[in-house]
Amino acid sequence: MSLVQHLSALQVVVPLLSAPLIVLLRPPGLAWAAATATSLMAFTIAIALAIGVSNGNNFAYEMGSWPAPYGITLGVDAFSAILLLITTGASSFALVGGKRSIDSQVEASRQPLFYSAWLLLLAGLVGIVVATDAFNIFVFMEISSLASYVLIAGGPDRRALPAVFKYLIMGTIGATFYLIGVGLIYMMTGTLNLADMAVRIQDVSDQSPILVAAGFITIGLALKAAVFPLHLWLPNAYTHAPHAVTVFLAACATKVALYVLIRFDFIVFQPNLAGHALQFAYFLMPLALLAIIVASAAALFEPNLKRLLAYSSVAQIGYISLGASLVSKAGLTASVLHIFNHSLAKGALFLSVACLAMGFSSTRLEALAGAGRTMPWTMAAFTIAGLSLIGVPGTAGFISKWYLISAVLNEGALGVGLAAVIVVSSLMAAVYIWKVIEVAYFQLPHDGSTAVREAPIELLAVTGLAALANIYYGLFSDVPVSLSSDAAQLLLGVTP
Amino acid sequence: MELLGYYNYWVFAILLVIGLYTVIAKGNLIKKLLGLSIFQSAVFLMYITMNKVEGGTAPIILKGATDQIFSNPLPQVLILTAIVVGVSTTAVGLAIVVRIKETYGSIEEHQIFEADQTP
Amino acid sequence: MIIFFAVFLLTLLVITAIAIVRTENLFVAVMLTSIFSLLMAANFFILDAADVALTEAAIGAGVTTVIFLSALSLTAERERSQTTAKWLTIGVVSVTALVLMYATFDKPLLGDPNAPVHQHVAPWYLENTPILIDIPNVVTAVLSSFRGYDTLGEVFVVFAACIGVLFLLSAGNGIKAEDETPKSQGLRHHLIPKVVGRLLVPFIVLFGLYVQFHGEYGPGGGFQAGAIIATAFILHALLEGERAALAAMPRAALLGMAVAGAMLYGMVGVVCIALGGNFLDYSVLHSNPVIGQQIGIIVIEAGVGITVCGALLSIFHAFTSRRGLN
Repeated sequence: MSLVQHLSALQVVVPLLSAPLIVLLRPPGLAWAAATATSLMAFTIAIALAIGVSNGNNFAYEMGSWPAPYGITLGVDAFSAILLLITTGASSFALVGGKRSIDSQVEASRQPLFYSAWLLLLAGLVGIVVATDAFNIFVFMEISSLASYVLIAGGPDRRALPAVFKYLIMGTIGATFYLIGVGLIYMMTGTLNLADMAVRIQDVSDQSPILVAAGFITIGLALKAAVFPLHLWLPNAYTHAPHAVTVFLAACATKVALYVLIRFDFIVFQPNLAGHALQFAYFLMPLALLAIIVASAAALFEPNLKRLLAYSSVAQIGYISLGASLVSKAGLTASVLHIFNHSLAKGALFLSVACLAMGFSSTRLEALAGAGRTMPWTMAAFTIAGLSLIGVPGTAGFISKWYLISAVLNEGALGVGLAAVIVVSSLMAAVYIWKVIEVAYFQLPHDGSTAVREAPIELLAVTGLAALANIYYGLFSDVPVSLSSDAAQLLLGVTP
Repeated sequence: MELLGYYNYWVFAILLVIGLYTVIAKGNLIKKLLGLSIFQSAVFLMYITMNKVEGGTAPIILKGATDQIFSNPLPQVLILTAIVVGVSTTAVGLAIVVRIKETYGSIEEHQIFEADQTP
Repeated sequence: MIIFFAVFLLTLLVITAIAIVRTENLFVAVMLTSIFSLLMAANFFILDAADVALTEAAIGAGVTTVIFLSALSLTAERERSQTTAKWLTIGVVSVTALVLMYATFDKPLLGDPNAPVHQHVAPWYLENTPILIDIPNVVTAVLSSFRGYDTLGEVFVVFAACIGVLFLLSAGNGIKAEDETPKSQGLRHHLIPKVVGRLLVPFIVLFGLYVQFHGEYGPGGGFQAGAIIATAFILHALLEGERAALAAMPRAALLGMAVAGAMLYGMVGVVCIALGGNFLDYSVLHSNPVIGQQIGIIVIEAGVGITVCGALLSIFHAFTSRRGLN
């Protein structure tokens, strides 16, 4: 099929061009249907790309048929393939199941605009992932950011507004820092294409603008990726956003920023800047550890379920950064694998929260008493996903934690300490998941809530599917593992 | 020329931190957005500064004229895009501020924070 | 001579920025921001960036000021709060400034033609634009063709802002301005603005169209043109009032314009795929690839102009027709 050669471009173009059309769809429900269809098409393209990548195709594409570095090129490799799968997958799951959840939170007359923004977010995120040009990444990063600000503020909760304002400020500062860094590198090398940069930076690698550029790019992307301590925008933004939006964002938005950070660092900086590998490790590892400990602790004492899970996300981003900071094949494999598995776990968890929110009036833990009785299927899915988050054997979370611990133990004495941190934080995760389970199963329902019925069938089905995916990929993990180790190989193997 | 070049970069650094200071330290939401705007404009100045070639002109090629020195077209393209992105972000930010004013009655950060603590 | 002028402009920029930070009256701050943008545009012009200067003046000084003012009318005029954590912030930002200044000394000198940034990609564009695309304005060539995918992204950023503002400001129960209040009558009763403004509006539109179609030959292009034409309509709305303005260009038409422009750009790309090239490869649009490039550029620039105009006007009307919950 001649379309195959255009697949990497189509991955972006399909959601991008559907967004303006959806704005014009007035009849209720039609906007949702169109958005869901587009998202599923994007998911199919992502699967096709992933299959192609494992067959060795790299889908290099020249926009406008101009060769790099004069034009903009796209490319998909193992690392990109994993991110495309989780991004389009999360979007599709959230849309297929979330119709009634969105209906309950966004007025029908505004829904075409809402779904249009959703597709713009999807287009922006996949645009970042398939890009190989530093400025192109900036443009699509801004598309996805603007769209996410709009979506987060879409619900009825007024506390979303200050939260999204803070996110806007911090996100724009992050994007502008990234732009400064790219400008400095361009000033010293004369190119914007990542692969070309990696070659040309060797001549100027010891000069101060390059180091300053590396710093700015790292901080800018860390702001977007919610790396501790720049994560302050995340808890409130995730908590007060509409529930379907939280599913989509939690599964993939920060991961894409981490993807850019890891890619930039390993492909452009590390082969060329002497000692950069060590600087990267010394900079990132303490922050990763702090993220894991502090965020897990914050989750322990949090009375609101959504914010609890948001803090847990910050901790999980800490795991991913920890793996990357080891600068070893094992560490990177664990890191990329955890990107995949965490999005499965968190996606399923937030989907169950969306289910719960359809029955209960609040997401505060005390309001959810007795949910195990009134919404048994939902809580079953939540429990499975929670076990995956903790890393219980048999679930996907266990596989990535196992890889992470083995990668860490390669580091000698320091490694034992790191492994201890990982184990302790998993125990903390067990405690906060247990808190939820205890309220749901072991407390009696409040008077008003015995009339609560189970969530709508489509939402429940999608949630169940996501939860079961955690078990499936816990038992049959060869596909994610092979993609992750290919990705790690690619990232490390770019030495000239 | 050398002094001017350095002066350009220093002004960029000064404007950057003025903007950043405004965003972080000021409590009024509209002031923060103005600071963000200054912050972004400073970055544009940096890019365009590196665009200039001594003795050159704007990169518009006139037919028949040979031997012209032109300044670099690429940073201009990037900054055109960045300006538009900046104004889009400002517009969305202002819409959020208007909504905040309507629901909270204030656009001062500390008052909004207190309002959320009470329930 | 130019050097002194440039130094003077740069210093004025810093002074204006400090003034913006320190003033408590937000109206004054917004006006100063407008002046800041104009000074920045002048600076860009001195640095040979004509297209960027035009864009900064039209969008930065023009549109941004209007949007800020309409938002101000819905919020507050004075800043009331104290500055928080003043010294800590000053410390942090000073460190940032010093780091940047440290990096200054290794940078290539201003105007040095042997700097890396002027090698490699830039000379290729300057040499090959007459051969491959044959339009005089190299910036337009790079923007619309060589890096046309970025510009597609940029159009969609504008579109995203448009639907974002529309979505946010359609929530809840802000009273719509279809009711005739004194405010919505505009400046109808002020004679001088009315007469002068009515004379100016058609000329501004004409200038905007000139900028649109001359983008290939001189500074200009879709973004600037869209902003200028939008300014003309905003002037009309200020003079005649909200009702008359919306009767002339209803909201649905504006949203339609934003959608149409973006789709036009995207469809050009899809047509290119259908004709056998890559996405946004204009050379397949005509048997002569150079003519194909020019056709492609004209069409997408039109798309850009339409979207920018529609989006900016939608945003303006969204702000001005929202009455707060007073």
